[in-house]
Amino acid sequence: MHARADAADTAPNWPDDIFATLQRFDVRQVPYVPDAGHSKLVQRVLGSTTMRGIPLTTEEEGVALLAGAWAGGQRGVLLMQSSGVGNCINMLSLIPILRFPFLTLVTMRGEWGEFNPWQVPMGSTTQRVVELSGVQVLRASNAAEVPAVMEAAAAQAYNALTPTAVLLSQRLIGAKVFTK
Amino acid sequence: MSKANLLDRRQVVATLLANRKDVIAIGGLGASTNDMCAAGDHARNFYLWGGMGGAAMIGLGLALAQPKLPVLVITGDGEMLMGMGSLATIGLQKPANLSIVVLDNEAYGETGGQTSHTSAAADLVGVARACGIKDSRAVTTMAEVEAFAKAVHDVSAGPRFVNVKIDNANLERILPTRDGTYILNRIRGDLGFQPI
Repeated sequence: MHARADAADTAPNWPDDIFATLQRFDVRQVPYVPDAGHSKLVQRVLGSTTMRGIPLTTEEEGVALLAGAWAGGQRGVLLMQSSGVGNCINMLSLIPILRFPFLTLVTMRGEWGEFNPWQVPMGSTTQRVVELSGVQVLRASNAAEVPAVMEAAAAQAYNALTPTAVLLSQRLIGAKVFTK
Repeated sequence: MSKANLLDRRQVVATLLANRKDVIAIGGLGASTNDMCAAGDHARNFYLWGGMGGAAMIGLGLALAQPKLPVLVITGDGEMLMGMGSLATIGLQKPANLSIVVLDNEAYGETGGQTSHTSAAADLVGVARACGIKDSRAVTTMAEVEAFAKAVHDVSAGPRFVNVKIDNANLERILPTRDGTYILNRIRGDLGFQPI
């Protein structure tokens, strides 16, 4: 792992909290682009008997997939990293047009001690890009607030058809370091 | 440049949907959506007016949610090229009830007929097969289209992919509704889901 010494948690259980919320809301399709911050949650999803983890080649596929899932009567959630938000922009237009429940969980890069300058341009604009695309943003910055943030996000996405992104901050996840 | 033996797109789509029964059909952004409407509006038609590149993935999401129903994506070569990675995603999930038809006129008909990659280099059948969709084939005759239309109803043997070379005739546009929420909720209603 590449977690820094000051990361909040070295063996985090907040992905379990997320999984529990998704289960309670009867989420069935979980498209994702592999990401270190989501690795534990992805493992839980792939081990689940009720959820289907669906690896994508690019994040925008997940937006279209969730539209189809809802047309067929199933809820889904898109897991991605902040850089993936940039890949989604045009496909996000489907959400207000089709008015389907959209929830995405975005692990953040490019903030809180980022070492890789290439992550910063997208990471630092992720929240504004998401909001400009018509998706509301909730943020979790520490493990203790994850359950409440997830509950609020899932409720407004699935019950009120309010497109929602949960930004899982780099402070929560632990900044990646590859430096010598 | 006209080529011999190219199929008529409206005839292809009308044949695919003639005995559709419970098929859910998704059209791509562009003429394929008009072709679906020309074959007859239907509560289970999912027309795309935007989100280019998304048709096959909408089909995958639907197919996974409704594994007992045949799901048929009918799209164009330009739209499929934009979402080519989704063939890899579909090849991995292998939804047995999903069929994809590409109406390939080797051109971007909506925008003035600029040639597409399939006119010279890209082989979508090869891509689909290499992505793990074993039943991938090129179709050049109406007899093959008719056979495929029957195969779509077998929800245990997919996914399947066909690339149909069509002529580049510029046909009158038959436009379906543009109201996306109506389109999606009409499908949900037909499947028995209540509004939220």
